Amino acid sequence: MSALIEAENLTRILHETVPVTLVKDVSLTVGESEFIAVTGPSGSGKSSLLYLLGLLDRPTSGTLKVGGRDAEPMGEGERARTRLSMLGFVFQFHFLLPEFSARENVEIPMRKLGRWSRSEMRARAAEILESLGLEGHIDKRPDQLSGGQRQRVAVARALANDPPLILADEPTGSLDTKSSEQVFKILEALVRERGKTVVAVTHDLGMAARMDRRIHLVDGMVEAGEDVAGAQAQKT
Amino acid sequence: MQLILEIAFTHIAGRGRQTLVAVIGVAVGVGFSIAMAALMEGGQDDFVEQLVNTMPHVEVTDEERSARSQPAEALFAVTEISGLRPREDRRGIINPTAALAWLEGWIPGRFAPSLNAQGVVRFSGREVGATIIGVDPQSERGVSPIVGEFVAGDFAALTAGGNNVVIGDTMAERLGAELGDTVTAVSSQGLTRNFRIVGLFHTGTTARDEGEAYALLKNAQILAERPNAVNKIRIKLDDPNKAPMVARRVEAELGYKAVAWQEANESILEALVVRNVIMYTVVAAIMLVAGFGIFNIISTITHEKARDIAIMKSLGFAESDMRHLFLLEGVVIGFGGSALGWVLGFGLVYALSLVRFELAATGQEMTQLPVAWSIWHYLIASGFALASAAVAGYLPARRAARQNPVDIIRGAT
Ligand SMILES: Nc1ncnc2c1ncn2[C@@H]1O[C@H](COP(=O)(O)OP(=O)(O)O)[C@@H](O)[C@H]1O
Ligand SMILES: [Mg+2]
Repeated sequence: MSALIEAENLTRILHETVPVTLVKDVSLTVGESEFIAVTGPSGSGKSSLLYLLGLLDRPTSGTLKVGGRDAEPMGEGERARTRLSMLGFVFQFHFLLPEFSARENVEIPMRKLGRWSRSEMRARAAEILESLGLEGHIDKRPDQLSGGQRQRVAVARALANDPPLILADEPTGSLDTKSSEQVFKILEALVRERGKTVVAVTHDLGMAARMDRRIHLVDGMVEAGEDVAGAQAQKT
Repeated sequence: MQLILEIAFTHIAGRGRQTLVAVIGVAVGVGFSIAMAALMEGGQDDFVEQLVNTMPHVEVTDEERSARSQPAEALFAVTEISGLRPREDRRGIINPTAALAWLEGWIPGRFAPSLNAQGVVRFSGREVGATIIGVDPQSERGVSPIVGEFVAGDFAALTAGGNNVVIGDTMAERLGAELGDTVTAVSSQGLTRNFRIVGLFHTGTTARDEGEAYALLKNAQILAERPNAVNKIRIKLDDPNKAPMVARRVEAELGYKAVAWQEANESILEALVVRNVIMYTVVAAIMLVAGFGIFNIISTITHEKARDIAIMKSLGFAESDMRHLFLLEGVVIGFGGSALGWVLGFGLVYALSLVRFELAATGQEMTQLPVAWSIWHYLIASGFALASAAVAGYLPARRAARQNPVDIIRGAT
């Protein structure tokens, strides 16, 4: 089993008027079919870490390998291609393109990738949306959908190119309890049934507890004792 | 790419009113540029055509442009001769028959020898200064600006021989003479001779209508006391554009000053070039202004869509995709404006071509605006418009593409 992500001593320092350390010396390995929670107080660097792992941001120091490939020498275009085929993002807000229907939103990454024909893409988008309980809403635009539905479309979009890794930043943070539970179950099913790896930032300790592994951040650093130990404890 | 184009269209459509303003801005720029180019070039063509039609394309005179080379110059490597000037005694073109035969041998065109003599025309106590031009009616036909312009009588009446003359209508008016009247021509040599007016012409060129009298070459030679002399050969070329080349060769081989119409009108032709430069500067300025409209809307869209840009990047779109997106939006507006501008330009030019008026006061009648139809006016105007649209789209596109998606996603969360 090759690791999807291998990070060693990742550090991200913002050079504002005073240097701000967002992430400090984070080392972690993420394998296939893992369900990982990133927890920590607000401002502890959870989002920042996710942006680094998702190649949206570059670390100040440390090394990062995604899918076995060193991210350091990748140019902007190559990082974009890696995001396109290997990674799916889900944010706290859905960030759907408002002019396009649910299906079109899901099709956009597929069209960019260009792996499937037009009709295959249509069928795929419909299939993914239906698998997330959105049958009947496929041709609606984001403003015609509820918050929970939108977030599920966003998950569908993250799945569009069948990436092995989903990065979710507080995916249920702006949803009511019922919708939250629904989205959580979907993410869980992705891991359990489809072998995806999901790394999700969450404030909900109950949810974190139901995941396989927890990475607890404080002031940009991984709180010792939680991570690997916790995962091993659960699996055995 | 089709995807990018689709997204571009949704962005533009989402700002309908502003887009319309930008498109109209471009359209007005393109339309008026086309109309202006049509008018300017129409006027220019008209003008040049008039020049070419009324002037000889090459005029060979018995003058010399520079002093003859001196025997001393052939003997010594370095010579300095002061006070050297071209010969001033003008004896006419030596051996005009041979010269004409030589010209006819290699120049495709028509030739007319003439003797131009200064003099005065008198009639019933009135006098008008005139150039008395002795011509050979046969060859004169091929080059003359007056043959087709007769208001009374005609040029052919000269052919009949005898002491006949044709003069401009303005001269006749000033003399108070009419067709059939007999006027007296006085040369600067003091000789007089009577001529009967057999034709009145009106060319629209005041100097000509007022100051030229055409008679048979033989009569002019007698009047000027220059038997058998010719002091001017006028040439009309089949291809007027070859005039400078022909003039150069004639001058080199005959030794007489030969002036092409382009040289004779050099300052006017230069002024036309300056006019064109000014025109295209104005076109560029108009397009620059239209470009501001595009810049404005693309900037607005990039700010408004900052979140979408960030999210598309997180999905796997590269900076270059985002640059293309907004560049394309600018170009799409440029295209739309161009297309509309073509319609507007066509309409304007058509309307201008219908305008008719009289311009009698200047001595030249213009019955309608000269407009030139050329696809180049359309292409050049669009070219400027698209270039300006591309720049106006590129600047905000580049900035938007460079933006760090993390900053925007973090800010929105
Ligand atoms: N552009 C910035 N300038 C200054 N501080 C920033 C900037 N971006 C983030 N931070 C700070 O970095 C820390 C980490 O932020 P973040 O990764 O969003 O934490 P979390 O997602 O855990 O709430 C926070 O304290 C935040 O205020
Ligand atoms: Mg956060």
